[in-house]
Amino acid sequence: MTTEHRLRELVLVGHGMVGQRFLEAFTEQPGAAGWRITVLAEEPRAAYDRVHLTSWFSGTSAEELSLTPVGFLAEHGIDLRLSDPAVAIDRAARTVACASGTVLHYDALVLATGSYPFVPPVPGHDATGCHVYRTIEDVERIRAGAETDGTRIGVVVGGGLLGLEAAGALTALGLETHVVEFAPRLMAIQVDEGGGRLLRRKIEDLGVNVHTGAGTQAILTDEHGRVRAMRLSDGRELPADLVVFSAGVRPRDQLAQESGLPVGERGGIVVDERCRTRDPHVHAIGECALAVDGKVYGLVAPGYAMAETAARSIAGELLAEHRFTGADTSTKLKLLGVEVASFGDAHGTTEGAVDVLYSDSRSGVYKKLVIGGDGQLLGGVLVGDTESYGLLRPLAIGGKPLTTAPEQLVLPAGPAPASGPVALPDEAIVCSCHNVSKGEIRAAVADQGCATVPEVKKCTKAGTGCGSCVKLLGSIVAEELAAGGVTVDKGLCEHFGQTRSELYEVVQVAGITSFSELLDRYGRGGEGCELCKPAVASILAGLTGGHILDGEQGALQDTNDHFLANLQRNGSYSVVPRIPGGEITPQGLITIGEIARDHGLYTKITGGQRIDLFGATVDQLPHIWRRLVDAGFESGHAYGKSLRTVKSCVGQTWCRYGVQDSVGLAIELELRYRGLRSPHKIKAAVSGCARECAEAQGKDFGVIATSAGWNLYVGGNGGMTPRHADLLAADLDKETLLRTIDRFLMFYIRTAERLERTSVWLDRIEGGLEHLRQVVLEDSLGICAELDALMARHIARYQDEWAAVLADPDRLRRFTSFVNAPGAPDPTVTFVPERDQIRPARPDEDGRILAPALVAGPHLEVRSA
Amino acid sequence: MTDTTTLTETGAVEILDGRGWTRICDYAQLTPGRGVAALSAEGRQVAVFRDRSGAVYAVDNRDPFSGAYVLSRGILGSRAGVPTISSPMYQQVFDLRDGRCLDEETAPDGRPAVLRVWPVRIAPVTPR
Ligand code: SRM
Ligand SMILES: Cc1cc2nc3c(=O)[nH]c(=O)nc-3n(C[C@H](O)[C@H](O)[C@H](O)COP(=O)(O)OP(=O)(O)OC[C@H]3O[C@@H](n4cnc5c(N)ncnc54)[C@H](O)[C@@H]3O)c2cc1C
Ligand code: SF4
Ligand code: FES
Repeated sequence: MTTEHRLRELVLVGHGMVGQRFLEAFTEQPGAAGWRITVLAEEPRAAYDRVHLTSWFSGTSAEELSLTPVGFLAEHGIDLRLSDPAVAIDRAARTVACASGTVLHYDALVLATGSYPFVPPVPGHDATGCHVYRTIEDVERIRAGAETDGTRIGVVVGGGLLGLEAAGALTALGLETHVVEFAPRLMAIQVDEGGGRLLRRKIEDLGVNVHTGAGTQAILTDEHGRVRAMRLSDGRELPADLVVFSAGVRPRDQLAQESGLPVGERGGIVVDERCRTRDPHVHAIGECALAVDGKVYGLVAPGYAMAETAARSIAGELLAEHRFTGADTSTKLKLLGVEVASFGDAHGTTEGAVDVLYSDSRSGVYKKLVIGGDGQLLGGVLVGDTESYGLLRPLAIGGKPLTTAPEQLVLPAGPAPASGPVALPDEAIVCSCHNVSKGEIRAAVADQGCATVPEVKKCTKAGTGCGSCVKLLGSIVAEELAAGGVTVDKGLCEHFGQTRSELYEVVQVAGITSFSELLDRYGRGGEGCELCKPAVASILAGLTGGHILDGEQGALQDTNDHFLANLQRNGSYSVVPRIPGGEITPQGLITIGEIARDHGLYTKITGGQRIDLFGATVDQLPHIWRRLVDAGFESGHAYGKSLRTVKSCVGQTWCRYGVQDSVGLAIELELRYRGLRSPHKIKAAVSGCARECAEAQGKDFGVIATSAGWNLYVGGNGGMTPRHADLLAADLDKETLLRTIDRFLMFYIRTAERLERTSVWLDRIEGGLEHLRQVVLEDSLGICAELDALMARHIARYQDEWAAVLADPDRLRRFTSFVNAPGAPDPTVTFVPERDQIRPARPDEDGRILAPALVAGPHLEVRSA
Repeated sequence: MTDTTTLTETGAVEILDGRGWTRICDYAQLTPGRGVAALSAEGRQVAVFRDRSGAVYAVDNRDPFSGAYVLSRGILGSRAGVPTISSPMYQQVFDLRDGRCLDEETAPDGRPAVLRVWPVRIAPVTPR
């Protein structure tokens, strides 16, 4: 050896979540190079994400849960020994003995052994069919147990956070599920009584049976030693085929205790603010440690903070702010689809604290804030609606008196906008993952010149962890920009200073017919980009007509419009034929089935009452269309910013209650507006009576039959920000109805901004619904004749985009995977079987290239240039 | 970068892929503002583009953010004078000259988000 100094030996016991974070923090320390690291792991695999263990049941693989970056161990020369737990520590000799018999010397020892699930020592607790819930092996065993014949009923012991997660998993595995909780309510640690009541109702609504105030007395078994029932403390017997114990965890402090290190009365290795045990050569971190504030933290974030502390304590510089003195235990959960959050002093244990309560059992919302004597927010509980968690938690940690009345903070948002993040003091922590305060975010905008959320993220790291603070981050950035007097450029992008609606006027008035002409004459130069090109293409399609792939137009479309199909995650495409109004003949269904079968495609009924065929490569698309077009189908424009579907209910023809022919009208409307290019997609529906089975009030335009005619609703939206449509006009005859919709659509297309649905547009335009009514019904702007003419021209010019491509060998040319190897399939688009169909192969799977059952498709003439 | 003086609608687009210049297609086959996918001599997928001014570019066809081989189907553009391609999958924008991603530095797999770039030229067609 040529090195002057001997490398010092670091031994880490336990490669769990905190152990891995310790390795990452340690290797970043300036002194790390002087150490050789050995890790002893009891589990057969490297560290993985235990917090998301439950997602294993919904298909996340063990590999996807892994927390150890590829190459990390090799890069730092870390010797990780899997399935070789430490069995004894000799502190005098400074050695650790492993199960394999090896004895390792250490200069520093770090214990990160986590905890073990507590199993109450009731009779039968170790019977076949009893499980715990902590490792990947545990969940594998639970799944195998649930899938064993005769397993029907699952019982979870413990109604805390983990127990409810386990209950969710059992329900998902198809078991009748019960939760038995000793305390009088669920999640007793996090929520208070009122919140617990509401939580229970919500969990019961999901089909889980809840038994609170009940202890487990014994597990009863059959003659083969298998679980058959559970006896409860109230004498009841609960039939059970599978039991999961989730009654809390206990720190794994045995190694430390046996080596003479002090542990707490209720467990946990005693450590100081440096996370050091009584022995200066031994540190303990994570769930096995008892921190200076007398707490054992069962959450991962405090464990991560301890990992950072210990790493600095051993190999770096430990400043006062790095010492571990305690941590915030606020949590926000999404359990079985129920939102629950608790933060700060949730139970109001602080002297003089008072509660402010909002509870609405109808909508299932419960909110409680704990307010201190000086009017400061101390903590709270939110069930059913945790929207305000991001704002409230930093306020509670800040501890300053509130500037808003507390009831304002829990009441549902009224007509006036809530006071917003201005109310947050500068020192409030906005991003708890990276410990970034509101002041730091404001400084990034004001002093460091960050003008967008991505820039602020890059510069402060805020928002790059769990992502839950991004919304709040966005409003702080926007507010700070506005305060700094920054006028945000309203232009479409760097190439155009105009908005989409202004460009529409320009194209119309100046008679522009191409993107290049518009850019050269009215733009700011350059090549254009992915924002302005498709937006201008849509305007040109509406005003000049012609096939969307003709000439320069073809180059402007995004990939979906470019290939007249929808791009999927592995680079294949999906094909959606139009099924107007959702009405289809048996022969039509058979034909679609045959085409899908012959090309080996995955089929699914969409949320828009039609059938999607997935998994086509670009070379296959024309062959699929050929057969669809020959059978009388046409493009459903699932790819376009244009009319999607006009959904219908069965209506008067069949339905006992229907008062008009809703299917007939839906078909007529869908055929009238098919192919109409617009700022965003347009969806519609027609219901045959006020029961509204077609959900017309959730659509951009919706029609509901009345005995006197049709009611027209506009501006509805499903999706991310649902909005109910507004009634524009009532009891219209069909002719007036069509004319009103024509004008509404054309007025929207003309004045809306890029990617603005009718819902957002209607809320934005000055005068709102009333203005719209005046324009389309009373012609207050004098443009109705023009709008009518535009629509008439659209209807007259409509042609099926697929048929038009098939008829033109020139346009067909682009439907080839490789320009220099026509006919060669793309080897990276691969599939695996699932539930008797195909799905895209994941990166770690060995998929196959789709080989259609039909080898020779219809012959298509392709022109090679 | 391409020497624009050699541009001719009748040329052939070629990339330098280690061993020599490989022919991709006729220059006339490229639509201005759009790309095509091609296979290099070593069998790698290359995305080849032509912009409004006639310049050509060749980068990796694999989108580092989705892992799908789709960049040839993105939209060509420019950002502050830099020629760009935006991925059709999640819309990240790349500099066509050096392959660097202008929106994010690293891909989800932890590697730098940079595309391989191939030298590309337009050669006069030699009768074959
Ligand atoms: C296929 C389908 C899901 C399904 O399997 O059922 C689907 C698939 C997609 N939807 Fe959807 N949506 C589908 C019905 C819906 C519905 C239900 C409906 O139409 O009744 C909605 C809510 C209703 C609404 O839009 O108001 C819906 C709201 C969205 C949204 C949110 C829009 C919003 O304004 O909030 C997006 C995102 C967007 O457009 O920006 C979206 C985007 C998408 C995209 C384009 C996402 C993407 O970029 O890949 C998906 C296209 C995949 C493809 O290849 O077709 N999809 N999507 C449904 C196709 C219906 C059809 O026959 O055309
Ligand atoms: C299903 C589930 C959901 C959870 N959800 C959340 C949540 O939403 N939020 C949250 O903050 N926390 C959650 N937790 C808790 C979180 O997982 C723990 O706080 C975290 O894993 C603690 O990390 P650790 O490294 O201290 O312990 P662990 O991750 O348990 O790692 C300890 C490791 O040490 C090993 N080990 C023990 N003894 C030895 C030995 N003698 N030799 C070698 N190796 C040994 C163990 O096998 C284990 O691999 C959840 C836990 C579970 C099980
Ligand atoms: S909700 Fe729509 S966009 Fe989201 S995964 Fe489903 S189909 Fe895709
Ligand atoms: S709080 Fe998790 S990323 Fe900000």
